[in-house]
Amino acid sequence: MSPHVAIVDYGIGNLFSVQRSFEEAGAQVLVTSDKDEILDAPRLVLPGVGAFANGMKGLRDKGLDKVIISFIETGRPFLGICLGMQMLASRSEEFGTHEGLGVIPGVVKAIPSCSPEGDRHKIPHIGWTSIFNPGHKGRWKGTILQDTTESDAVYLVHSFAMYPEEDSHRLADCDYNGVSISAAVSVDNVYGTQFHPEKSGEVGLTMIRTFLSI
Amino acid sequence: MAGIRLIARLDIKGPNLIKGIQLEGLRVIGDPKEYAKRYYEQGADELVYMDTVASLYGRNNLHEIVRQAAHDIFVPMTVGGGLRSVEDVQEILRAGADKVAINTAAVAHPELIARIANDFGSQCMVLSIEAKAQSDGSWEVYTDNGRERTGMDAISWAKKGQELGAGEILVTSVDREGTRKGYDVNLVRSVSTSVSIPVIASGGMGRVEDVVPVVETGKADAVAMADILHYDRCTISDIRDVATKAGIPTRVLV
Repeated sequence: MSPHVAIVDYGIGNLFSVQRSFEEAGAQVLVTSDKDEILDAPRLVLPGVGAFANGMKGLRDKGLDKVIISFIETGRPFLGICLGMQMLASRSEEFGTHEGLGVIPGVVKAIPSCSPEGDRHKIPHIGWTSIFNPGHKGRWKGTILQDTTESDAVYLVHSFAMYPEEDSHRLADCDYNGVSISAAVSVDNVYGTQFHPEKSGEVGLTMIRTFLSI
Repeated sequence: MAGIRLIARLDIKGPNLIKGIQLEGLRVIGDPKEYAKRYYEQGADELVYMDTVASLYGRNNLHEIVRQAAHDIFVPMTVGGGLRSVEDVQEILRAGADKVAINTAAVAHPELIARIANDFGSQCMVLSIEAKAQSDGSWEVYTDNGRERTGMDAISWAKKGQELGAGEILVTSVDREGTRKGYDVNLVRSVSTSVSIPVIASGGMGRVEDVVPVVETGKADAVAMADILHYDRCTISDIRDVATKAGIPTRVLV
């Protein structure tokens, strides 16, 4: 049976959990670093944890940065998770400045270490946080969040966050002690989640099912 | 205030979920798979697995248990006990762990913390500190599941761990562990206010209400519990309710 979704394997992170969550959502999953298999996939997922520069290096060493751009140009659904979301940005300021895939104009920067009132908070930001629609009513319709309810909680673990240039690219925000964090971004067929849908229990599995249906 | 996490801790010996008192006198509780599933369904925000005898035998034996858990459980899992090298970490992450908790090996080779943080990211590197109160009001670091003294001060070690790249600290009170006397709030507070990374409090939860002081006074960012759940004295939702009533935010569950 041909797969419903391919997961990019570029030597970074724990792919087993991502694979299992998509299987649980009913998908035939192909984990691959093969250019043709990626380009043939009906949907593509780019997972990733760890440092931005390591992630981009992992993609470039295998020539997958260009393959991912080519896939995105086909118009088929694409989902970047955590570091996979951040790499969609123009660049990152994590340990120096590093160029990203440039799919979503914006910068990846450190989460401020204080609330707007000046109270220090813990970094990394780890935990379950409710997400909200920062855009117009109906913004989630037709997206991976169309079956998700506002204030549903998702699991995040990160010290850096994406700051998209265009507000229209912000699909979901969450709050960390008064600091607004871009929890999900989207442009056309491309989605990115700072949170881990594969680790967000039923809420995450619902989003994965939606991603598989769009 | 950010939401605190409610974590189910599963101490494992061989194929069994076990529970001890002050990390000793281990009793068999049952099949870890069944308990993990139950806690996931009750709304545990994370699971922590500890191989309690791994340091004795020199390796972690949780791969199969973790692999099975990762099959059915879609919340983060931290695994500790007997992990000694970057290769050990890689192997357990491949089995489905999201984070590793390192105690004994980090004390012996502090640079291991930096190596793990470099290779897998700080978010993956949880420094596990087993601490025992001393007569002068300080806490000493213990290793090998509370069996060996180190002469190290727990608070200095927490700071050092953060400097080396730990992304989180799991602090277990050896004195309170399994006693149901409540968390060592002073210990948790001393650690949590000395570092800028999140701190998970572990050891001593005896009543549902114990969650309140360890968060409000102890400044815990997450609380781990074992005994109170294993013996079915309460559910994770009971704890969530008590936290919510006390004004402590937790995950919004649908």
